[in-house]
Amino acid sequence: MILIDTLAQGLLLGGLYALFAAGLSLVFGIMRLVNLAHGDLIILGAYLILTLTTLTGLHPFLSVLLAAPLMFALGWLLQTHLLNRVLGTDILPPLLVTFGLSVVIQNGLLEAFTADSRKLSAGSIEAQSLDLGIVTLGVMPLLTFASAVAVVFALNLLFYRTALGRAFRATSDDATTAQLMGIRPQRIFAMATGIALVVATIAALYLGTRANFDPSIGPARLLYAFEAVIIGGLGSLWGTLAGGIVIGMAQAIGASINPEWQILSGHVAFVLVLLIRPRGLFPRAND
Amino acid sequence: MTLSRNLGLGLAFLALALMYALPAIAPRAIVQDLFGILTLLVLAMNWNMLAGFAGLVSVGQQAFVGIGAYAMFAAIILLGLDPLLGVLIGGLAAAAFSIPMAFFAFRLNGAYFAIGTWVVADIARLAISQWKALGGGTGTSLPKGTARDMAFVDQIKEMLDVSSAAAADALTYWLMLTLAVAMLAASYLFLRSRMGLGLQAIRDNENAARSVGVDPVKLKALVFLLTAFGTGLCGALAFIQITRVTPDAAFSVIDWTAFVIFITVIGGIGTLPGPIVGVVVFYALQRALADYGTIYLIVLGCLGIAVMLFARRGLWGLFTDRTGIDLLPLTHRPPQPAARHPKAPRAA
Repeated sequence: MILIDTLAQGLLLGGLYALFAAGLSLVFGIMRLVNLAHGDLIILGAYLILTLTTLTGLHPFLSVLLAAPLMFALGWLLQTHLLNRVLGTDILPPLLVTFGLSVVIQNGLLEAFTADSRKLSAGSIEAQSLDLGIVTLGVMPLLTFASAVAVVFALNLLFYRTALGRAFRATSDDATTAQLMGIRPQRIFAMATGIALVVATIAALYLGTRANFDPSIGPARLLYAFEAVIIGGLGSLWGTLAGGIVIGMAQAIGASINPEWQILSGHVAFVLVLLIRPRGLFPRAND
Repeated sequence: MTLSRNLGLGLAFLALALMYALPAIAPRAIVQDLFGILTLLVLAMNWNMLAGFAGLVSVGQQAFVGIGAYAMFAAIILLGLDPLLGVLIGGLAAAAFSIPMAFFAFRLNGAYFAIGTWVVADIARLAISQWKALGGGTGTSLPKGTARDMAFVDQIKEMLDVSSAAAADALTYWLMLTLAVAMLAASYLFLRSRMGLGLQAIRDNENAARSVGVDPVKLKALVFLLTAFGTGLCGALAFIQITRVTPDAAFSVIDWTAFVIFITVIGGIGTLPGPIVGVVVFYALQRALADYGTIYLIVLGCLGIAVMLFARRGLWGLFTDRTGIDLLPLTHRPPQPAARHPKAPRAA
């Protein structure tokens, strides 16, 4: 009974990690860009939703609709003006530029919003739960998981059913040949980063309503997200969801044995999966 | 060129002599400040060897700092050894940890390696938090008077005629300075050696290097092991000065890896004087913007981004390109053609 409850909680936690990771996975899969600022961009999204909620008095779930286009524009601008200039065969420059970006965003948020913990208030829905007979699950965690599945499903539709998705896949497989077919990789990359930040905004909504956040928590979230992406395998979005669930389950099981082991067991699961399968569970693209 | 180089080396030796004499002539606060700078310098030189020369972009260097510090604390508190011996044990413990870490991390490439090392460092932090004998998650302090009872402190106290605490500061400062000098000399000799040439060949074109018989994995593993030792020594020495250790402080990714990456990048990654230039810029920025909270971190981040966009080999690379002066050149000239094959006379 307790075991089933633990596993269910782990599954739902995995949904949150998959949401953190989905945008990262998209960008990583298409342009091999390791965005070390992704965690901080999620926190930036959470503060943006908070600000919009305070300014307009809207519910956080509605403020997201305002925040998403802003974040898309930010992603587009970041990619066209900064990241496109450092992408290349050498992985060091993009890594260091996004690392710099991470520090700038983190400390910029610290200057603007102080180090106080904040929270997005979603109202009465936060405390509601569903009794499923065997286990009782919170409505918010269920919503988070459903959103993660929906986001991955939508991204997959985009990836495999649209012209833009075809361009994404072509650029991912071979940017030079894609260019010969009239695709402009730079614009494809800008689109991808824009979409990734829209997903990051959705992740920010659930991060902010679920628990307190402050400017410094980005890197830890980034680490879980990366573990999910790498466990899942490069370029596979369903793999990322599976990776998130592996991390979430491992954390929940660890925490049920000893609360101090929560994060440790997530990391250990990551190491074990990579020892057995160095390219992750479901790799789509080659490195 | 040779004249400017000799002049440069002469100045460098003069500066070094002055730095060794510092505890005798300068107030204690300056010695402590410089100790902090030297710590970052040693860490930056180690990271530069890894990322700049061996192509191993590690974001997990804090693992070696933390393990070095904790092994030193264990040697003092649990085994009752002299702190200086503890520092050595710290270095060895970090090197020992790097072996299983390498077995895991070397299976991963590029970006995966960066994330993998970061995760391993976090595992080390969380595992050490479970070590109750050293305070668990809340950490522990060195027993009172540990620094004063260190070997050589009494002799230094008499020699400089200062308090025990100042003598301990002087000793750790000299050790860190010596570590920095040794690190620089060792890096130079290593990179000028056959192995170093192989390492740079791998960095420039791994397939071509393999085809002439260079073994990339062996060389990279060697650099990983040696820099882990250097980083562990540095971490242990730094925490003698700090006297208190907690898992979060000893395994801080910001303090021991992020700053170090910026210092190396801004100064010039893949150049030997780069970390020295970078640490000077870092310290100047920190000092100049000390009153404005975290603004210096924002400036540091922007500077790092600007360097990657406009001058990949950092400030030192920029300086070398403009002036042609390179104090510690790593380039090899091709062998001169023998006299009986004179150069073909140029047409016109």
